[in-house]
Amino acid sequence: MEETNKMNETTKKEDQTSTQKIGIYLWIWLLLFVLSFFSYMVDWYQFQGMLRWSLILFFMFLKAGLIMAFFMHLFWERYALVNVLLWPMTAIACFIFLMTAEFKYTLFSRFFYFVVGGA
Amino acid sequence: MSEQKIDGFELKPGFKGMASDTGSDQTMFKGVHWGKAMMWIFLLSDTFVFSCFLISYMKGRGSTIVDWPNTSEVFSLYVGGVPVPLLLIAIMTFVLITSSGTMALAVKYGYEKNRKMCGWLILATAVGGLTFVGMQVFEWSKLIHEGVRPWGNPFGASQFGSFFFMITGFHGFHVSIGVIFLFIYTYKVFAGHYESKKRGWFTKMKGDYVEIEILGLYWHFVDLVWVFIFAFFYLW
Repeated sequence: MEETNKMNETTKKEDQTSTQKIGIYLWIWLLLFVLSFFSYMVDWYQFQGMLRWSLILFFMFLKAGLIMAFFMHLFWERYALVNVLLWPMTAIACFIFLMTAEFKYTLFSRFFYFVVGGA
Repeated sequence: MSEQKIDGFELKPGFKGMASDTGSDQTMFKGVHWGKAMMWIFLLSDTFVFSCFLISYMKGRGSTIVDWPNTSEVFSLYVGGVPVPLLLIAIMTFVLITSSGTMALAVKYGYEKNRKMCGWLILATAVGGLTFVGMQVFEWSKLIHEGVRPWGNPFGASQFGSFFFMITGFHGFHVSIGVIFLFIYTYKVFAGHYESKKRGWFTKMKGDYVEIEILGLYWHFVDLVWVFIFAFFYLW
């Protein structure tokens, strides 16, 4: 009897290791709602300039981070998987950097030739 | 959520674990189901696709000398004669987050072998996704009616239409595919395919609730992409 009870307990424990408590999902869910509401408020109150852009980016990265870490379980995954997934993002950052330089040059040329009329 | 124990191999945590996992001359992703690893690799490639769209949008919007349409006016809805900015988009965002939450819970109940809860939550997710696509159809038809075309629009820079239809269209396509699969997996869960270990398509893999987590990864990714589209296309 003692033995079977013990076995039940261990199997139960093993089952629980593969899932998280429901509370954490509900908290993240609530946070995502609140953050989405805040980012909508950025438009509602018509914030402009750097304040608008920094708030948009802040809420965006926070939401993306929460979804990836908890809903997609990356927080609990081993580093071998997490790093394979996150390091390629630096390539995207590079691409954004390159294309920023590119669009500034295009904008300059368009102003120079279409608006100013060239040299 | 990987299994934390593997026979005959010591799993170290953190970066040391990463080094020993990678150099173990075995499978690299310890305790990660191959289907899940493949889904992650697919999502990584999809991230690049969507990044290219959003970066080309950045380049297009940044280099035009005509003013970009004011999105909070273009996407406003009239409620009782008063324009509410981005109303539909806000509702769509909340619907998608709701469906993401139900999916996360479905994965949890799946792993707990709670078949009924898992099935109902996947069904709720599918309905949420369907609502989202429905609202997107409404949004598209409204804008097309107002004269937005891929080659021009009455509100400002003519590139607006092509980026809008391309980016939201590709995202909506992902949602639609997701909805189809959510309905299929609702059936599979309710029919008990994961209890009877029935095999799926194209695979010898026996049915297991890990498939629900793989489906969940795809669905959360769709939500994740929307977070970026919402920020860059609608709010910026």
